[in-house]
Amino acid sequence: MMDTTNTHTVRAYGDELNQITADIARMGGLAEAQIADAIEAVSRRDAALAQGVIARDVRLDELQREIERKVIRLIALRQPVATDLRRAVAAMKIANDLERTGDLARSIAKRSLSLADAEPLAPLTRSIERMGKLVAKRMKAVLDAYTTAEVAGALDVWSHDDDVDEHYNALFRELLTYMMADPRTITSCAHLLFMAKNLERIGDHATNIAEMIHYEVTGDELDTARPRQSASDADLEPKEPT
Amino acid sequence: MIDTRPTVTAAAGEPPRDIKIRTRDVSVFYDDKQALKDVSLDMADRAVTALIGPSGCGKSTFLRCLNRMNDTIQGARVEGVIELDGENVNARSVDPVALRARVGMVFQRPNPFPKSIFENVAYGPRIHGLTRSKAELAEVVEQALRRAGLWDEVADRLDQSGSSLSGGQQQRLVIARAIAVDPEVILMDEPCSALDPIATAKIEELIDELRQQYCIVIVTHSMAQAARVSQRTAFFHMGQIVEIGRTDELFTNPKEQRTLDYITGRFG
Repeated sequence: MMDTTNTHTVRAYGDELNQITADIARMGGLAEAQIADAIEAVSRRDAALAQGVIARDVRLDELQREIERKVIRLIALRQPVATDLRRAVAAMKIANDLERTGDLARSIAKRSLSLADAEPLAPLTRSIERMGKLVAKRMKAVLDAYTTAEVAGALDVWSHDDDVDEHYNALFRELLTYMMADPRTITSCAHLLFMAKNLERIGDHATNIAEMIHYEVTGDELDTARPRQSASDADLEPKEPT
Repeated sequence: MIDTRPTVTAAAGEPPRDIKIRTRDVSVFYDDKQALKDVSLDMADRAVTALIGPSGCGKSTFLRCLNRMNDTIQGARVEGVIELDGENVNARSVDPVALRARVGMVFQRPNPFPKSIFENVAYGPRIHGLTRSKAELAEVVEQALRRAGLWDEVADRLDQSGSSLSGGQQQRLVIARAIAVDPEVILMDEPCSALDPIATAKIEELIDELRQQYCIVIVTHSMAQAARVSQRTAFFHMGQIVEIGRTDELFTNPKEQRTLDYITGRFG
């Protein structure tokens, strides 16, 4: 791996790059908190917390636009190459993933408001909570790998997204069972199903970020033909109850 | 010091190109001072090879070896193998003047002869006896000026002095002069450093066209220019080649720390 700790001859250039990295770290921290709060809003049926998540999402949007502006400016004025170019491009793409993550957390928070009005479905909520914690852990791990520029950490996240998919598939089956057993739960179960889907997609964003870290540090793209066991279309076909 | 001797090898996804110039272990001494150390580099035909590196790294010295321009410098001594189409350019039997007709050179500052535009281009074909009639010479001059992208600008004033042209036009005139003798290789030593961005763009466009037919080797201080015009880039430092690779790879993912530090502006 190459040493990028040498400073630029033009110091302002290095400062600008560091600023962009710091912005990503800030954005990452915010996105992590949004996921955690959204899940907690679901499990505690906490409407105030959910409203907070919804309100704070604009901050992530702003940060994403700010990072994008800074990267475009850097490309225009500094013409970065090699590690600097990869760092700038990775930052722009990661900012995008974090912004989308924020949108998904907001969506979970919104649905938690609807759930809070309905009859509690404790076992299902706990399943969502477990899946949410797993996804939050992955996001945290990948953001740690970003701030320390550690490929090993990123690779670990990248190669372990089967866990999330398994959770999702299990939750999907669990929800189907509930809906078939008691049609009055369908509305709540539909919300929970979308939440699970949102969490799964947050997991995918964590995977994307891991790929960008790998590219930023090594210059090589990860093989996209990663063996993955996602909820394929076949899994989503309604199945006969056994 | 590194002891790897990078040479042109076809990278994955890249069609193999014929090697036009092959050098092995080329060292150059100016009296006791060694300016170039064991440079082994293959330059492909119909492609642009860019040589980059800080001032005094040896890239211009290396370029000047390729058509024996160092012969003209007192106290300069060249060692190692330099082959053009497999033929040793430093062999006794090789006439340096004939060699320089095959390996043309364009310098940093346009250096038109103090003659008319026509005579500047006609000079080479005439001394090398490449044409048999006036009409043929006029044809060769027109073709060279057309290929250099200058014809339309000078067709109606061929008898005017070459130095009456703008800097960018002069540089294209000099390129026309170089290609008028139908060379195989064109060496360029910072051909755009005295030109404005528009004149530079015209030269770069010209380089891109010329590479369909010639082996072009360009020394440039502008890394953006190396990135724009070349297919392969060699990074020189302290008289040695540090890294040679596909230009797109070298500028996105260099393999050597010193290359990285140089191209990203971290050189101490």
